[in-house]
Amino acid sequence: MRRRTFVIAGLIVAFLLAGIVSNFAASSPDGLDSAALRGCTTNAEGRITGGTCMAQKEQEHQLGGGPLAGYGIKGIDNPYLSTGLSGVLGVAVTFAVGGGIFWLVRRRRPVA
Amino acid sequence: MLRGMTVEAMHIANGIVNGPVSGAFAVISLVALGFCVLRSRADLDDRLAPMAGLVAAFIFAVQMLNFQVLPGVSGHLLGGTLAVILVGPWVGALCVATVLIVQCLLFADGGLTALGLNIFNMAILGTAVAYLLVAALLRVLPKTASGVATTAFLASVAGVVVASQGFVLQYWLGGTTELSLGAIAATMAGVHTLIGIGEGLIAATTVATVARVRPDLVYALRRFRRPAVTARPVGASA
Repeated sequence: MRRRTFVIAGLIVAFLLAGIVSNFAASSPDGLDSAALRGCTTNAEGRITGGTCMAQKEQEHQLGGGPLAGYGIKGIDNPYLSTGLSGVLGVAVTFAVGGGIFWLVRRRRPVA
Repeated sequence: MLRGMTVEAMHIANGIVNGPVSGAFAVISLVALGFCVLRSRADLDDRLAPMAGLVAAFIFAVQMLNFQVLPGVSGHLLGGTLAVILVGPWVGALCVATVLIVQCLLFADGGLTALGLNIFNMAILGTAVAYLLVAALLRVLPKTASGVATTAFLASVAGVVVASQGFVLQYWLGGTTELSLGAIAATMAGVHTLIGIGEGLIAATTVATVARVRPDLVYALRRFRRPAVTARPVGASA
């Protein structure tokens, strides 16, 4: 497989994972979040109602109102479409930003 | 505190560790990333740069895939081990950091104030431990798809558990509530051992696939060649 083919194939896999498989991911709080909530009681919305835990003084994200905040697209009501499209956008942005920075700092071939 | 119904990644939110400690780790992380950029230039050429972009994009995608580890508790891959095996330690740390920065700025995942804490734990500490283990294991294990898969599995478990203890250290230095540190350390280590096993299975499958399709694209297999290759007299053909 050619290198370019390999990178394109890898990107397609990443788009499928972030665009489709992401909708089947587990929705429970992750290891850190669940540890941070240990000792506190929460209501149905996940807000702390009492007790003592690490997350007690947690604050809202400064950019929580952004168009992609929380892995969804503001304005798209279908949850599958919203999560999937936000994932596809995230993969594209990460590849562009990461690949772009690596391309800029790469070692140029010596001019012979 | 608001928790959405959608995917959430294992990143520290704002207000869990205090401002001064968060600031100190932001400086440490910035310096470490700067050092990684300098060192990465030795590895980064026209061939590795697109591959590194792909590794970052792939880690972003897989971080969205939370898997259940206990009733009511999930976890996801951090990606450090995968990255160091495929693109080396310096570029690998930068790949994970890129993912964390995109997640924080665009997806409001992982607090902005906590970005330095998260980069330190996942992009630097966990990744460094993973790389040291990879380097040690590949001196012993066969440089084959299955050898590199075994390496990926073991390094993932260690890297994730150590990254989780990085958080415990930060909480010890600047936690905003009074809680038993031993209990936190034990809870974090326990649940992250399970998450590390999940990460290990994903990382092993991924690197084994790449090693079968294009073994020359696996940094760890290029870097740790058999001694016979390096023992060839260097100046002979000059």
